[in-house]
Amino acid sequence: MLIDFFYTLRAAKLPVSVKEYLTLLEALQAQVVGPGSDACSLDDFYVLSRLILVKDEKHYDKFDRAFGAYFKGVEMLTDFTQEVPLDWLEKILQKELTPEQKERHEGGNKWIGTGGTSPFGNGGYNPQGIRIGGKGGNRSAVKVWDQRSYRDYDDTQELGTRNIKVALRRLRRFAREGSAEELDLDGTIHKTAANAGFLDILMRPERHNNVKVLLLMDVGGTMDDHIARVEELFSAAKAEFKHLEFYYFHNCVYDFMWRNNKRRYAEKFETWDIIRKYNKDYKLIFIGDATMSPYEIVQPGGSVEYNNEEAGAEWLQRLIHAFPKFAWINPEPQGVWEYRQSIAIIQQIVSHRMYPLTLKGLEEAMRMLSK
Amino acid sequence: MKFKGTDNYVATQDLMLAVNAAIALKRPLLVKGEPGTGKTMLAEEVADALGLPLLQWHIKSTTKAQQGLYEYDAVSRLRDSQMADVDSSERVKDINNYILKGVLWQAFTADQPVALLIDEIDKADIEFPNDLLRELDRMEFYCYETRQLIKAKNRPLVFITSNNEKELPDAFLRRCFFHYIKFPDADTMRHIVAVHFPNIKQELLSVAMKTFFDIRNLPGLKKKPSTSELIDWLKLLVAEDIPLEALQTADDKVAIPPLVGALLKNEQDVTLFEKLVFMQSRNR
Repeated sequence: MLIDFFYTLRAAKLPVSVKEYLTLLEALQAQVVGPGSDACSLDDFYVLSRLILVKDEKHYDKFDRAFGAYFKGVEMLTDFTQEVPLDWLEKILQKELTPEQKERHEGGNKWIGTGGTSPFGNGGYNPQGIRIGGKGGNRSAVKVWDQRSYRDYDDTQELGTRNIKVALRRLRRFAREGSAEELDLDGTIHKTAANAGFLDILMRPERHNNVKVLLLMDVGGTMDDHIARVEELFSAAKAEFKHLEFYYFHNCVYDFMWRNNKRRYAEKFETWDIIRKYNKDYKLIFIGDATMSPYEIVQPGGSVEYNNEEAGAEWLQRLIHAFPKFAWINPEPQGVWEYRQSIAIIQQIVSHRMYPLTLKGLEEAMRMLSK
Repeated sequence: MKFKGTDNYVATQDLMLAVNAAIALKRPLLVKGEPGTGKTMLAEEVADALGLPLLQWHIKSTTKAQQGLYEYDAVSRLRDSQMADVDSSERVKDINNYILKGVLWQAFTADQPVALLIDEIDKADIEFPNDLLRELDRMEFYCYETRQLIKAKNRPLVFITSNNEKELPDAFLRRCFFHYIKFPDADTMRHIVAVHFPNIKQELLSVAMKTFFDIRNLPGLKKKPSTSELIDWLKLLVAEDIPLEALQTADDKVAIPPLVGALLKNEQDVTLFEKLVFMQSRNR
């Protein structure tokens, strides 16, 4: 029973286990939904199976698509995590439908119009109706799972500040540092016992989050497309880390950086100074699209802004040598990376520690950094 | 036992089904959702509606799983043994007198079925959920000090809430049902408001709701206002007796709504909002 359904979900890369599948059967047997209870529609089965099988809202979208596919009678063997653009469908449908219908039409059972029983058009009663845009009257055309209202929670999608904060939180490390102000009870008992019963109080410092982050951000030029998302990331990072140092660069790192974009020519910080100022504990995070001319990375004098004495690649090497914990976060979608020569070069320099600016990418980066 | 929503809590169809499935199969129900969508309230209302006593366990970053089971109060036993007068020397002999029962112990040994709320489980240490696997699955645990097995007489109805600050381990998730409380749509929201303010003026409400959803839709807000913030704001509007005109200027000009501090809890958000309002009014 429902074995195919289970495998459809597995094929859609949902982490469902046998135990959960058995629980679903148990629930069906207990008549939580079905003829024996007052909840017996397909919608109720959808809610129940989602309740039991899916354990994270980031999987809801995948589940919705898999559920839709299964109950449309489509055997899901291919990867439908790919999207079909809506306008393709619209185009095909328009092609199918235009030749015979010449004017506006209402009612009836064949042609597009409003209020009819044909599968096409708005507000009709055909149970398998197709609706393109617009708003339905009877909710039968687009089912609950087809609304895909959980799309935002899919972790391959882009993210909002709260999601970013949660992802960055992975980096938190608590350590005891500073002045001793908390009573160490275990230590006190131990010491007292060792002291033959005379009280010997031991104090220890409180736990603090002491992760240190050095953030280097690319600004201007091609990064203008990503301002909103990088801003979100930056504001989340500022709230999460106590020790956050940040500098800006343009396209590639050269011998100086700046902290204030308005005074970038007046207030320069030598990259050498930055390397010397912060110690190895700092985790180095680059944020940049790594999209530029390859000369800007590998050639001395290749910078678009001034005549740099040493190539950007040299500086990158020095930085990642000085900070062994590093990652590069790239706001460009991962799909286009392979078509950009400069991204490939940077990937090589940062030994493939480049992650996309999605929730999943960010989590991977943070997990790598906290190792 | 079936949960059908209560007079002061609006449950959507899927939420009711989730609760009923958890009741029928006696599994813990893990509830997630944006802050302020009524996760904690759900447990209170379900317990109330079904007439079950509710035991609450609020988790902090320092909470240990053991504290929910029992604690052995060695210090007071030591004190009693040192200052031996007649009653305490009797007391000292029995270790049971120094076992402090935790919430799970109370829930398992209660004579009637109870509801148990484990609130904000994601605040605890990473190992916390793993330490409760057997307790929540088999509903039993072993007390080493007294060498007894504590087994649930009636499986309690367990609600667990999480704010998503930490990911929960898979083994733990497999033992729970999971429901994500979606942010209510405008219709549900109207129901919720009607439940909380039965006498609110209709025009005021519709204008306030529009303002609320407009603010929620502003791009770039750090913390979007949620249901509980809307309720607080309406409470203030009603308490201060703000006239309808204050929310809505005659020539439909955009203005900063009164008491906006109840909706936006972050000074950057307030500045952003003021800036947007200013820009819009200048463009007119």
